[in-house]
Amino acid sequence: MLAQSFSWQVTVIILPLVAALLCFMLPKWGRWLGLVMAFAITGSVIVLAYQVMNQGALRYAVGGWGAPLGIDLYVDGLSLLMLMVVALVGLVVSVYSMAYFKAGKAVHFWPLWMLLWTAMNALFLSADIFNLYVTLELLGLAAVALVALAGGVDALGAAMRYLLVSLLGSLCYLLGVALLYHSFGTVDIALLAERVESTPAVWAAMALMTVGLLFKTALFPLHFWLPPAHASAPAPVSALLSALVVKASFYILLRLWLEVFSQDSTAAAQLLGVLGAAAVLWGGVQALRQTRLKMLIAYSTVSQIGYLFLVFPLASLMAWQAGLYLLLSHALAKAAMFLAAGNILCFGGHDRIADLDRVAQRLPLSLTAFALAGVSSMGLPFSGGFIGKWMLLDAALQSGQWWWVAVIIVGGLLAAAYIFNVIGHSFTRAEISHEAKPVPAIMEWSALVLALAAVLMGLFASWPLAVMDIGAPFGGGGS
Amino acid sequence: MSSDLFYALTGASLFTLGLYALIKHAHILRKILAINVMGSGVFLLLVALAAGGQQAFDPVPHAMVITGIVVAISATALALALMLRLREASGLAVLPDTSPEELSEQLPEAPSDVASKNNGKNA
Repeated sequence: MLAQSFSWQVTVIILPLVAALLCFMLPKWGRWLGLVMAFAITGSVIVLAYQVMNQGALRYAVGGWGAPLGIDLYVDGLSLLMLMVVALVGLVVSVYSMAYFKAGKAVHFWPLWMLLWTAMNALFLSADIFNLYVTLELLGLAAVALVALAGGVDALGAAMRYLLVSLLGSLCYLLGVALLYHSFGTVDIALLAERVESTPAVWAAMALMTVGLLFKTALFPLHFWLPPAHASAPAPVSALLSALVVKASFYILLRLWLEVFSQDSTAAAQLLGVLGAAAVLWGGVQALRQTRLKMLIAYSTVSQIGYLFLVFPLASLMAWQAGLYLLLSHALAKAAMFLAAGNILCFGGHDRIADLDRVAQRLPLSLTAFALAGVSSMGLPFSGGFIGKWMLLDAALQSGQWWWVAVIIVGGLLAAAYIFNVIGHSFTRAEISHEAKPVPAIMEWSALVLALAAVLMGLFASWPLAVMDIGAPFGGGGS
Repeated sequence: MSSDLFYALTGASLFTLGLYALIKHAHILRKILAINVMGSGVFLLLVALAAGGQQAFDPVPHAMVITGIVVAISATALALALMLRLREASGLAVLPDTSPEELSEQLPEAPSDVASKNNGKNA
């Protein structure tokens, strides 16, 4: 549509890719290059955001080839918000990593993290389902390599399991792509949305693609790989995986269900809702039972992912907005939690909840970050999580499906229980006191900045809601 | 049965066969091979579906298959590298929580794995 030789959509993909190659070739300069590039990428995302907010949704045909044959990059309100939350979390995690990694480990972290960023930006900009497959695979491979970075049997085993699950998920998805392409002769999402009919091939494709993406999004009962992988990775990697990577496959699912599979999928949508409800409860109960802080936070992710799937049976404009709002505030809050847990781990040398030993007095900033992020996860006013849950409650009541309300309330209580469990232990003195190592101030402040952003999302709710409407990504879901 | 349909069905059965092997076998190398068999099934299906019907020959699925093969090779390389690292660290190329019964059933070479690890330690 827009005939222009320069596009910011391409820039936000090329910049992290170039950064990854440079960090790989110049390992000595990797940290500084990575940090400078993180600022540059965030800058170009801001320029792109400015452009989209002035001109509306943008479509850019790479190389001038256009939709049926070439690759289109499409950005609307939904993609833009995802790009922005990745940029915000990515920038803060980059700053955190400067202090977190010792020189040796950083050599591998920076190229992989920049590749992960490339894959995510490309994924959120892709307009066709095959390109989504390629970016999904890139994302999976980079994420697995980052988990393995920690070394040790636990991390390697978790990474191996993650890789196998991730490949299985992508192959199911690819099989769905093959069926859709055979039926309608296109992989472009917009064209598919026009041509799609209700045939057995489409049902099979829907089932395959949904199951494949559920594996990657770790919806109960396909969440088994997530807690070990997220808990055994280094702290910045855990933050990136829990906050952003699982959301990327959820984004594809959302796109497909909004545009391609929007007709006669009521029963399947109810099933997704039931699985989501089970995830909220199961994740919450498991989080309560954990004795290690990082495992607790990982199970909390399982639980919070469940909320995102409650929007499928509701399928109203408000429900979709609520889902996206919850996704964004969870991304910020969960990144803050994992960074704070990284500080606590670095400080005391362990993350056993029972032996937190007066962390509240000795690491006040990190514990504040954890508590504020917890406020958003519980959905207390006036945090981002509160707005998202409130809209979800409202949407559930409006559609007359009151049973989801019970799930949302019980889930909130469980979240409160497991978060206060941690906060309570952090005020008490442990029987055996441990040697403590000082934590760099920059690491404490990074966690706090993200937690504050999660809370601020509740105070400035109108702006993200206005951005969501650009290009009307949820227009088709209003039925 | 037309030959296209035959190839498509073969592709689907390869996918299912691979899925079965992925779940059944404990050794990671077998799991990686199973994933590759599943991938071949999907590629065969893509090409078979492209040839179906009377319309002009469609090159797009072939481009997809080539891209898919590149992805599969990189994924396999990463998986094999990870497997070797895991074996170096734990002495066994199996996922961490595999039960001992499964091990003895499926891994006749397991004792030699452990032995080689011990040798490594002694040396």
